[in-house]
Amino acid sequence: MRFLMTTTAADPPDEKMMAEMDRLVGEMTQKGVLLAAGGLDQVGTRVVSSGGKITVTDGPFTEAKETILSFALVEVRSKEEAIELSRRFWQIAGSGEGQIRQVYGPE
Amino acid sequence: MRLMTVPEAHRAIDAVWRLESARIIAGLARLVNDVGLAEELAQDAQVAALRQWPESGIPPNPGAWLMATARHQAIDRIRRNERLARKVEQLGHQARQQQQSAIFGGQPELDAVIEGEGVADDLLRLMFIACHPVLSTEARAALTLKLLGGLTTGEIARAFLTSEAAIAQRIVRAKRTLAGQQIPFEVPPEPERAARLASVLEVIYLIFNEGYTATAGDDWIRPELCYEALRLGRMLAELSPGEPEVHGLAALMELQASRMRARLGPAGEPIPLLEQNRGAWDQLLIRRGFAALLRAERLGRPPGPYMVQAAIAACHARARSAGDTDWERIVALYELLAALTPTPVVELNRAVAVAMAFGPERGLELTDPLTARPEMRGYHLLPTVRGDLLARLGRHEEARTEFERAASLARNARERAILLGRAAACGPGG
Repeated sequence: MRFLMTTTAADPPDEKMMAEMDRLVGEMTQKGVLLAAGGLDQVGTRVVSSGGKITVTDGPFTEAKETILSFALVEVRSKEEAIELSRRFWQIAGSGEGQIRQVYGPE
Repeated sequence: MRLMTVPEAHRAIDAVWRLESARIIAGLARLVNDVGLAEELAQDAQVAALRQWPESGIPPNPGAWLMATARHQAIDRIRRNERLARKVEQLGHQARQQQQSAIFGGQPELDAVIEGEGVADDLLRLMFIACHPVLSTEARAALTLKLLGGLTTGEIARAFLTSEAAIAQRIVRAKRTLAGQQIPFEVPPEPERAARLASVLEVIYLIFNEGYTATAGDDWIRPELCYEALRLGRMLAELSPGEPEVHGLAALMELQASRMRARLGPAGEPIPLLEQNRGAWDQLLIRRGFAALLRAERLGRPPGPYMVQAAIAACHARARSAGDTDWERIVALYELLAALTPTPVVELNRAVAVAMAFGPERGLELTDPLTARPEMRGYHLLPTVRGDLLARLGRHEEARTEFERAASLARNARERAILLGRAAACGPGG
């Protein structure tokens, strides 16, 4: 099962946090569960499709509270395993918020 | 800490176990120098977690908690259990001191185990011992899934379509053999290292193939087994990054797994590679496969069979459509593979590639000598390929005979039906 784990709010990282995060990423790669991970540009471009018309607006969007900051795509055997990975992430990342969603698609 | 219901706690412990058990067993095995005992100690710690975590919540570092608990169990056991006491007695003086300090007082060493120093080496040792050639292939696969995959005997039994009792017995016997023959918990030294690594790779690929082309049962594919093997292969690639074949195997499995969804039709029938919908191939796994193959190539050593097979799989993955396939390159790779592993099955695959690159006549010629090989007598893919090539040459009569022969040899019902259909499509007999 694949899960996409995203963060929408998080403490700003410091050097120690970055080092610990690198260690976690290394460990998860070694366990064979982490498929891909990355941080997202906070500016972004909004695309709205309505009645066959596409409107493209460049950010930043001040009102966007749900903007995704970073993601990790993991391959695990259960939702509980994904939650356990998330728990470890937040132990390092500190306070914040995120989501865990199962990914359907090629499997 | 949030209170959990008991079933919630059990599921959470299960998840922690699957992620952590290999490291814990590997770390304990180094301390007590006995894989079977290490697993027992780790399981005792799991039982303690099942008792305590529902009330206390999951500790901040569950792996370290389990490891520390297992260490306490080890001390308890060593005081009460004659078996372990004897084991300590058997070890040489120096080793004994080392072990006792590790178990009783050696805080720095224990901390090292918990903190993850040397964990990679311990995991690698665990992989080597679980795949030791002194064990039967079935035992190696079961033990690897148990010790490194963190699977229960019940899950392994379901994966291999056998009874839980049979798997449990297989694992008990394997551990007894390892202990009885005093197999050291080590990364094998140079002269035997290559052969021992080959055994590890073989076991992982066997688990993968058991899932990829289920040899038994009604399902054509059992994806869970493929994912377990992939996980083991990825783990091994991180543990032993200097071995090209380790990356070769990882690449091969990523690339093959990328086609998993496209290999089955709506009725569960197998779809040949060239007829698959390439849009259903998993691009993420393809890219991971390419990356692993690149890591293997960058080591700059002569390629081994897994690397070559991965390179062939990469040729298919790179082609946007079946017609874009670089068959000449595939032929060259099969020639390389045939030189490394000269088996009739590789020869047959080479014949198929030659037919695609240079026409069915040339391919057919290469299959002629194979019909005389005794090991190919019951192999349904040889007449399948010949039937296919003959049909393309317009020799329908001969093609039908080959397809009928292939159908009589095929063990999978769905495949048999397809082959009989192809025979019928060659026109009426006589």
